[in-house]
This record gives sequence, structure tokens and C-alpha cells, in this order.
Amino acid sequence: MYRYDEFDHAFVSARVEQFKDQVERRLAGELTEDQFRPLRLMNGVYLQLHAYMLRVAIPYGTLSSRQMRKLAHIARTYDRGYGHFTTRQNLQYNWPALKDMPKVLDELAEVEMHALQTSGNCIRNVTADHFAGAAADEVADPRPYAEILRQWSSMHPEFSYLPRKFKIAVTGAERDRAAIQVHDIGLHLKKNEAGEIGFAVYVGGGQGRTPMVAKKIRDFLPVEDLLTYTTAIMRVYNLNGRRDNKYKARIKILVHETGTEELTRQVETEWLALKNSDLKLPQTDVDAIDSYFRPPHLPQRPEGWSALASARKADHAFAAWVDQNVTPHKNPDYGVVTISLKPIGGIPGDATDAQMDLVADIAEQFSQDEIRVSHEQNLILPHVAIADLRIVYDLLLTDSLATANAGLITDIISCPGLDYCALATARSIPVAQRISERFADPARQADIGELKLKISGCINACGHHHVGHIGILGVEKKGEELYQISLGGSGDEVCTIGDITGRGFSSEEIVDAIETIVDRYLEVRTDKEETFLAAYRRLGAAPFKEALYGEAANAA
Amino acid sequence: MSVKVLTANRLTDGEAVWLGANGEWLDHIDGALVARHAEAAAALEEAGKAAIKSNLVIDVNVIDVEERGEHLYPVRLRERIRQLGPTVRLDLGKQAEKPAANAA
Repeated sequence: MYRYDEFDHAFVSARVEQFKDQVERRLAGELTEDQFRPLRLMNGVYLQLHAYMLRVAIPYGTLSSRQMRKLAHIARTYDRGYGHFTTRQNLQYNWPALKDMPKVLDELAEVEMHALQTSGNCIRNVTADHFAGAAADEVADPRPYAEILRQWSSMHPEFSYLPRKFKIAVTGAERDRAAIQVHDIGLHLKKNEAGEIGFAVYVGGGQGRTPMVAKKIRDFLPVEDLLTYTTAIMRVYNLNGRRDNKYKARIKILVHETGTEELTRQVETEWLALKNSDLKLPQTDVDAIDSYFRPPHLPQRPEGWSALASARKADHAFAAWVDQNVTPHKNPDYGVVTISLKPIGGIPGDATDAQMDLVADIAEQFSQDEIRVSHEQNLILPHVAIADLRIVYDLLLTDSLATANAGLITDIISCPGLDYCALATARSIPVAQRISERFADPARQADIGELKLKISGCINACGHHHVGHIGILGVEKKGEELYQISLGGSGDEVCTIGDITGRGFSSEEIVDAIETIVDRYLEVRTDKEETFLAAYRRLGAAPFKEALYGEAANAA
Repeated sequence: MSVKVLTANRLTDGEAVWLGANGEWLDHIDGALVARHAEAAAALEEAGKAAIKSNLVIDVNVIDVEERGEHLYPVRLRERIRQLGPTVRLDLGKQAEKPAANAA
């Protein structure tokens, strides 16, 4: 894992001191809210419905056990005993008092964490594949490059007041688990024919009120050009992105209005001037960062396979969990464990302080002291020996952390929605809970197979509904919550924005409507191998609309 | 018939509060100063502007409520949730402090 150097420590400490002073001046009435608001937002402090909310950055979703224990301690000491893991691999506390914020930031700084750039029109926390450094299908670990981008973008004077917020995601495998094509910049780490590492560069993706799939503007960018090229993109955006209309200010609108070809030309022109500047990455710098992310030494543990076979045979529930929540590791004696934060009927992404402590203990003992946060609001133990799966499972079971539903219909992404969020127009968590309960039966979930269901409580789409195989958007209509369904979205390497089915459904109707869609899928799929998404792509919306609204729905 | 009250979040901890008839900011909506006609609503707006300057509260808004017996019932679900707490965590927020009607 990356460790702060002296500069990082001094930089974060200085920011905490600065914010401490700003909070004191605000509480003393020396700063007005208009003056203070942008300052608190730059430090991750929002105002929600019931209290302030603090959003803590978890760069590329990577945590040590010590850091996780600190997050648990903060939840226990300054909040209400829990935190909410978000779709941007961050953690949100829902109840901290303003006067406590400097103390919380002090505590975070002790473990090399902060809340910088989790808000505001800057380059936000860089996200990455949550299986980075572990997945069997990985070409290269994306985290060193995410870390280089983090260092470069932190408090970048030129890019701290962009037209709008800016999100970068990096993946290092063909299978895109980081949803890079719905980010402002998506970087796909790959090898060229000569075996060199570089990036395919995507620009202008995003969700929100105008969802767009990013456009690939470069098929292979050498690693040394990572910062020069990114700077070129940022400069074109900073200069030409709209500042007159908040809703048209993201780079996706600029790409759309300019055209991909012309935008690419502008970026390449800008890049020519930058290509050989100081921003060109020396290999020594790349190697220095890369050294923090070297794969841990994993002793061979071949005994695990026979132990696993007998444990599976003896316990069907354990076998189901292994099948669903353990994915192949680079080292065949190991697995990557997904800890579901989606217990049946639970609140997606929420974890208690005790659960965080438990995960920290397990990671320390059984996963090389490493934990990841996924944008799907789960936690990951990246390096667990097959031989240790049974004991890890048993430990997770002790605090409701062993739900065997990763990638299934109850593994629902949900934003906080109107239960917490000041921007929300409808509740999303209760809908997720009711759907989870409706599909609770493990056999039924297994029969349905992979199905990514995502719910947002407003058009800003924090719940990624546009890229849900089934997406749900909650809105307020005539004072009531109304839920619009979209189908066929996908945030992976074949990225698509879901199609809206038609009229929305009331809170009472929405769970039945989802069940209707799922039942129709089970009727029309060719066989169990054809996933919901594959069936939708083969058949289109018609059979699902007909199931939802009757034959009249397709007549037009 | 809906009437209006003034609501905000307390500066120090962000807690939802309502302006009381005595000019104090109350932790609960019952007891809030109710505006029943346009002039009174305008006075609430003015009180809101003054409250922001006083640095006791932030995010001040005039909201619609219904008078139901002795209780005030916000018209919008958003305000009912602010009044009580998250509907998915009945152990948190104001609803955890005193028995109250279900927000939904």
C-alpha cells in the first residue's frame, strides 16, 4: 500500500489546521455561511436533512486494517456507530457535529486519510477496480497510476475551480469493474503488441440527468504520457466547458456538443505543447510509486483445495458463498473475497463500527492487511488463501457479513436517498430493502443469476441507475414518490445506458413491477446461461414492456 | 388547509429546528410559529433572513404544514422525514427521542 511521505503528512496536517481555524471562525460568527460553505465542502462536509455529513476519501478504495479500525472508532466516537460506503468507494458519516469535524480530520490524518476533494468542482477521489492487484484477469495493477493521479490532482491550482466536478476511474483488466466509461475520464490499462503498458483513454462519460457513455479518444497512451495527456484534456475542458449552466457544465456535454473528432483534435493539439514538459513521467518516478503496490508475498497453500472440497460438501451455505462471493486470484491457492454489505432487508453499504473492526481483524490475519471498498458498496478481502476460506466465512457469519449474494439481484446499489440526502426527491433504501426481501430465497436468486439492480433517489444518479441491468429512479410527482424503471444498462466494458420502460410506479407498485420484469426474463431466456442483460440485448424492451403495461405498451 | 412555518438546521450540529412562537429555535415542530396568511408568511421570510445573519442556523426555509389537532404535519415527505429521522432507522433522529407518527 502507498505510505505517506513527509510532504503528504505536512500537506494533510496543514489542511486540517487550516480547516480547524475556519470552523472556529464560523462558530464564532466571523465567517458567514456563504463564506464558509465552499470551505467546508472542500473538506468533505455537507449539510444533509438531519445533520452534517462528512465524506471521507478512500483513494482507489484501498484500506489497511489500521485505517478501517480508525473509521470504526470515528463512527463510534463522533457518529452513531455506523458509516455508509458509497458508490465512489468513499465512506460517509451521517451525523457528525460541525464542532467535532477538526478532531475527526485529525484522527483521519493519523492514519494517512482525509476528506479532501470529496466535494467541489475539482478532480475528485480517483477510483479503481476493487480487485486491483489481485484479480486473475488483470493485465497490470491500476492503483499506482491512480496514486500518481491523486498526487498530481491534489490541490492542483489550475484545476481546483473547474466548470464542474471531475471524476477519473482506472481499470487494469479487460473486464471493467470500475465503470470507467461512465466517468469524465476513464483509463483502461493494457498492453500493446510490444508488451508495453499504456492506457486506452475514454472521455466524456457520466450519469446524472444527461447520461452518456464515454468516447475513446486514444487507443494506447504510453505510461510516461499519463499526466501530460490528462492535463491536455483538463485544459481543453477548463477553457471550453460551460460555466453558464450547471446542468451543462460536465465534460460529457462539451464532448457531445463539440463532437468526439474535434475534441480529440483539440486535446492532441494541446498535448503536443505539453508532451515533453516536466509532466512527462520519468520511469524512476513510476517505479517509486509502483514499489508501494508490489504484490504481497503469498506463501503457497495447496492444502486448501482438498480442505475446501470437503468443507463445501459438508455445508451447502458455505459452498454457495464460495461460488458467489469468491473470485479467482492471480495465485491459484488464493481467492478474492467479496464481503456483502447487502444482508437481506438491510441498508446497502452501511456497516456498523463492530463490523468494520471485525473486517479489520480478518484482513489483518487472513488478507495481508488489505481491504478494498467496491463502488458496488461492498468490501473486499483481496488476498485470502483458499485454505482460510472456511474460517474467514465463519468469522464473517458472526456479524451478518456472509451473505452469499455478490452480483445477484439482492446485491443492490442504493444511494442514501430521501432518508438522508438533501438533494433526493424520493427514498431509495426502503425500495432496496423490500426488493431484497421479495427475492430473499437463495435458490431463487441463484436461478435468476447475475442481475445488477441499482437505485437512485434523484436524477443525480449516485445509485448508478442508468447502468443497472435494472435501474430504478425515484422522483417526486404531485407530492408522492414515483419510481421510473430503466432496463439494459451496464457499466462494464460493453457500457450501455438503460432504456426507460414507460410510466413510473408508485412506492406500493414498484416491487411487484420488478418481480414482473424478472419473471418475464425467466420465461423468455434461452436457458440459464443467458443472463438478464444478454436476454434484454437479444430481445429488446418489448417483452418487458408488455409484461409491465400490457400489449398496448408496444402498439405505438 | 396548509399554513407555513420556518425551518432550518442548527449551525453547531446540523440538527433540524423550527422557529418557535417565542423566537427560539425548537428541536420539534410542534410549538412552531404558524403563519396563516400572506403577511405572516412574508414576516417568516424576513425572520429567516435575519436568522441567517444571527449565525444560529443555516439553510432556512419556509415550508407548508397542515394543522392536525394539536400537531403540525409537514405537507412534503422530505419535511416529514426531517421532522422525524430516517424512515429506515427508527432508532435514530428525533423519532428515537419521542413517540411520533410514521413519516411515510
